[in-house]
Amino acid sequence: MKNIRIKDAIREAILEEMEQDKNVILLGEDIATYGGVFGCTKGLLEKFGSARVRNVPLSESAQAGVAIGAAIAGLRPILEIMYMDWFGMTLDQLVNQANLGWVWGGQVKVPMVIRVQVSGGRRNGPHHSKSLEVWPAHIPGIKVVMPSNAYDFKGLLKSAIRDDNPVIFIENALLYGSIGEVPEEDYLVKIGTARITRKGTDITVIAFADMVQEALDAAEILKGEGIDIEIIDPRSIVPMDYETIFSSIKKTHKVLIAHSSWKRFGIGAEIAATIQEEMFDYLDAPIKRLGILEVPIPASPALEPYVRVDKNKIIKAIKEIVN
Amino acid sequence: MLKNEELVEMYRKMLEIRFCEEKLEELKTNGKIMGPTHLENGQEAIAVGATYALNKDDYVTSTHRGHGHYIAKGEDVKKIFAEIYGKKTGSCLGRAGHMIIANKKIGLLGGTGIVGGMLPIAVGYGLAFQVEESSQVVLSFFGDGASNEGAFHESLNMAAAWKLPCVFVCENNGYALSASAKEILSVENIADRARSYGIPGVIVDGNDPVAVYEAVIEAVEMAREKNGPSLIEAKTYRLSPFSNSDTGSYGGYRTVEEVEENKKKDPISNFEKKLLKMKIINQEDVIKIREEINRKIKDAVAFAENSPDPNPDDIFDYLFQ
Repeated sequence: MKNIRIKDAIREAILEEMEQDKNVILLGEDIATYGGVFGCTKGLLEKFGSARVRNVPLSESAQAGVAIGAAIAGLRPILEIMYMDWFGMTLDQLVNQANLGWVWGGQVKVPMVIRVQVSGGRRNGPHHSKSLEVWPAHIPGIKVVMPSNAYDFKGLLKSAIRDDNPVIFIENALLYGSIGEVPEEDYLVKIGTARITRKGTDITVIAFADMVQEALDAAEILKGEGIDIEIIDPRSIVPMDYETIFSSIKKTHKVLIAHSSWKRFGIGAEIAATIQEEMFDYLDAPIKRLGILEVPIPASPALEPYVRVDKNKIIKAIKEIVN
Repeated sequence: MLKNEELVEMYRKMLEIRFCEEKLEELKTNGKIMGPTHLENGQEAIAVGATYALNKDDYVTSTHRGHGHYIAKGEDVKKIFAEIYGKKTGSCLGRAGHMIIANKKIGLLGGTGIVGGMLPIAVGYGLAFQVEESSQVVLSFFGDGASNEGAFHESLNMAAAWKLPCVFVCENNGYALSASAKEILSVENIADRARSYGIPGVIVDGNDPVAVYEAVIEAVEMAREKNGPSLIEAKTYRLSPFSNSDTGSYGGYRTVEEVEENKKKDPISNFEKKLLKMKIINQEDVIKIREEINRKIKDAVAFAENSPDPNPDDIFDYLFQ
């Protein structure tokens, strides 16, 4: 095992897959010479050449379509969208062309990965802070993955690249510098499998991306107060590993969901609805969801923390549920 | 220089498209098919002339008004009708409907219900050909309406910047549904937009299949020789209404006089006259060919009507592969 930063886990995943399969190509803004604005593709242009590692013009809508077209043609493109706030521009192609595999009746596969970065919590303001995982999650035929730690980042990205379907790989920038353990040897994490981040008995806390660490911090504090929380990190949004979630609920009978996007119509809403549909008899309390306050994400350092979910809000919500 | 047999083949293909469209109009009027139809009477010369310039392993992307592209690229008209009938034997198992028919095996990447939607996908194909160092070419059809979409501008810029083996063919029929080009287009000639992307822009008579062929083959060869994309603007007219629910195309947003004037420029009757005049075909041939194609279309309808529906139990097939 070795300890690496998440941004290096991403880079290693891409490098290893590009070495193994010459059909993997990289498209994105500033990913070539510059190595990506977060450094995730550093050195890859030098290693693989300009046919396979390309800066794209600022045309997010066409970028997505080009990735889809290249994927249908037999390549395995990885497109980087620099900020998820720009996902709106990719949406036409995602909504209407990414699932041509289904629409054309199985004639083609669309083995495309879009790596997209979420920069909330960094005082970047309304246009560089949003986590919009619900948008691709809503579209049939697209997988959506949002890991929280180095091991999962590397293993899931490799799986995403090898997957024959469109995969949206969401990277939370707060996590890029996070260090974690990864094996030296080749490994994969299966898309659609959840991680039990912390075993506990009193409540199931379903946390995504940057919320996982907040939940872990909350767990330490709550331990001292006699509340033992179980943390589930689904890692994949589509497909979602409900089996692991349901097993946990059979044990704890209580649920809190925490994510870094708006609560209203967020992924928490979908999970809560599904849990109460399938596991109603196992619940001893209503399911609570924590998400960002329903305003555009403000830039001021005095305001952004106020709208975001943190360990204190998690602790408060857990106490309301268990007591 | 096209041989006589090739000219006759073009004529047959144009007739096949026209008879297909006329049959679909009849079926729609009689309530035999569901969903909208967007027919391309008057634009057949572009589909046929342009695809004639392609090799079998070149690719094409189409539009919502794509039956001509489908037929010209070689899709079996039986499968087209079956798809429109929503049957399992349709090109896309009945899932796509008339606007999104595709057959990857023959290089037909399908139409789209999103105006301009296939342009970036064509560019993606061009990118793949470049990365794979293939000598294949992809040709993307689109209309005057689409030339105002962001996707058009983004696609041409990208293809041009990377010198991708793409050929962009605009079918300018002067109207985006009911909006005339005069109202909403900033330029007289869409081909002039090619200058913005540093690529050749050529205007051609879209009602003359040979003229279209000659313009496209030059662009195709340029793309194949890795000298980048071109934009061809084929001027034409849509004799059909925009769709089956369009009530204004004859005496509404288009005057009766204008439509009648353009009927005189019908590409098929004019090409037929030309071939007769050149004695490449005679009146007997005309009757024979028309009968043959009529039968082909009738057989396609029978095939579609007798085909089974898709099974709802299969609905999740191919969602994730």
